[in-house]
Amino acid sequence: MAERWTQAMRPFLAKWALVAIPYLWSFLFFLAPFLIIFKISLSQTAIAMPPYTPVINTLGEFWSKLSDFSFDNYIFLTEDPLYYSAYLSSLRIALVSTVLLLIVGYPIAYGMARAPKSVRNALVMAVILPFWTSFLIRVYAWIGILKPEGLITIALQGLGILGPGEQIHVYNTETAVFIGIVYSYLPFMVLPLYAALEKLDATLLEAAADLGCPPTKSFWVITFPLSLPGVIAGCFLCFIPIVGEFVIPDLLGGSETLMIGKTLWAEFFNNRDWPVSSAVAVVLLIILVVPIVIFQNQQKKV
Amino acid sequence: MIEAVGPIKRKFAPWDDPTAKPFIRFENVTKRFGDFTAVDNLTLDIYEREFFALLGPSGCGKTTLMRMLAGFEPPTEGRILLDGKDLSGIPPYKRPVNMMFQSYALFPHMTVEGNIAFGLKQEGMDTAQINTRVAEMLELVKLGKFAKRKPHQLSGGQRQRVALARSLAKRPKVLLLDEPLGALDKKLREETQFELMDIQVELGTTFLIVTHDQEEAMTVSDRIAVMNHGVIAQIGTASEIYEQPASRYVADFVGDINLIDGTVSAVEDGVATLRCAGVDATIVAETGTGEVAVGAEAGFAIRPEKVQITLEAPPAGTPNVLSGEVWDIGYLGDISVYRVRLAGGSIVKATVANLTRIVERPITWEDKVFLTWPADAGVILLK
Repeated sequence: MAERWTQAMRPFLAKWALVAIPYLWSFLFFLAPFLIIFKISLSQTAIAMPPYTPVINTLGEFWSKLSDFSFDNYIFLTEDPLYYSAYLSSLRIALVSTVLLLIVGYPIAYGMARAPKSVRNALVMAVILPFWTSFLIRVYAWIGILKPEGLITIALQGLGILGPGEQIHVYNTETAVFIGIVYSYLPFMVLPLYAALEKLDATLLEAAADLGCPPTKSFWVITFPLSLPGVIAGCFLCFIPIVGEFVIPDLLGGSETLMIGKTLWAEFFNNRDWPVSSAVAVVLLIILVVPIVIFQNQQKKV
Repeated sequence: MIEAVGPIKRKFAPWDDPTAKPFIRFENVTKRFGDFTAVDNLTLDIYEREFFALLGPSGCGKTTLMRMLAGFEPPTEGRILLDGKDLSGIPPYKRPVNMMFQSYALFPHMTVEGNIAFGLKQEGMDTAQINTRVAEMLELVKLGKFAKRKPHQLSGGQRQRVALARSLAKRPKVLLLDEPLGALDKKLREETQFELMDIQVELGTTFLIVTHDQEEAMTVSDRIAVMNHGVIAQIGTASEIYEQPASRYVADFVGDINLIDGTVSAVEDGVATLRCAGVDATIVAETGTGEVAVGAEAGFAIRPEKVQITLEAPPAGTPNVLSGEVWDIGYLGDISVYRVRLAGGSIVKATVANLTRIVERPITWEDKVFLTWPADAGVILLK
């Protein structure tokens, strides 16, 4: 009897096991760590190991120590202008970078989609190729290019545009951060755009021309609107990680480049204030997740 | 969907009028793609208000010819004139022709209304006028209820109508239809063919249709150009093409045909005698327009419906008799097709209309039958 039951249930279980995999993944690597961070953000800093209280060793202690938790750290974030200016600065840098990425990435994706079929795959490879080298090494390489005595200065001096003593001062500025971000994130913008543009039916453009629409205009009324899903996907793929970007502003940016990733790092490693840095992380997550959820709900309605 | 009383078509034959000026003229047009010659030194005149069909198998150059008129492909040599004006160098968005695409090419992000209004907006027509015209077009194709829908919310037949309305909205001088009904099922296709004819008469637009479907070409068009390998094999009305095919290719491509090879043994007063050794018969037929000389290798072409099939031997001395054995019978409802195997082994088809509902038909498999036809039923085609 029991055997028959398991036989009948097998396809049902197999289906659910398959569906459960992504959920399990999200639980293990997103939800569980998030809950831990959230718990720490409600704690108080202490000179201890780990450097916060209360420490809950068993689940049984949870309810008795509940009153020790507080939102003090979140209130603290609103009191110090450093934090909200870091958030705002991160959002601004991410926004500007995303726009720059779109401006640089769209023509590349468009060119790829219009290239002969035989070379398209090679072009896609070329876009992915930089991933074969470590991200960190590629960002370090930009230091060599951008620094005052770096490759750009040497090249411009060689061309006679700069005098022998003159130098280009880009390194340690926000411009260098933008250069680094646009360079590093370009594939994340180009690939979704390319996927959207490659699907576009060329006869639609012929139809537009046939109905009296010149090519430049048909780009804006046909091609661009139909590539919007790719534009949106590319922008999300770039904007979200850029807001929390730490390596690029740390390596290429100067002290005046304020980004929340750097603040978080400093809070965590320099100040060893785990509760406040956890609060910073939780707020960052909310800032990013809430608008995305709202946006996706809107998309569903359309 | 079809109104009982449609507009009645008058006798229309400007191609027979030597003073009539052609509206569209392809002048020695050649189009090559690399080594491949799609259209080969082709000259063709199409008249105003004509419904003209380009008929041929895929790869015969018919679509290329149409795309050159639309402006999507420049001719390699020759020129195309519209209303006396050379179209060379004029981009597609400045040509007074509109095209209905085989795939319909409806803009997926626009509503039915938006699609139809698209061309009008490009003209800079004011909104009130656009709305009136769009409403008119929606009424013409009977899609008023679907104005706010997106293309993906429509059936294939409805999309086809939107495409037609969109291409007609600008009141083009010429409408190009690229296999317009290919994606529709048979019933809907037939209905739409008659609607197309009605719309064409109503608007008085010159229609140029590209199709590989001979029935479609014959139904809708005033004249047909049968194309093969980039050249025109024959131009004529549907009945000219069907009854007086100019070549074996045309005879074979348009409709069903029986071809019997032979040698011309005598020619007298436009009547040729053909000795057909393969089937051991002598065939007498009109020579038609071609020059037929004694001794020439020729073929006799006759449509299956013009062959009479009988069980009784015709009186001795009757010309044009073939005898054989019923090899196969195809019952198609309205007609039956008899495939008769002649003495030499070749097959001749004869069709008989099923005028009554009798269950038992006199001719059956393996019957010995005789095939006869009047002298003017077939044509002689030279090799």
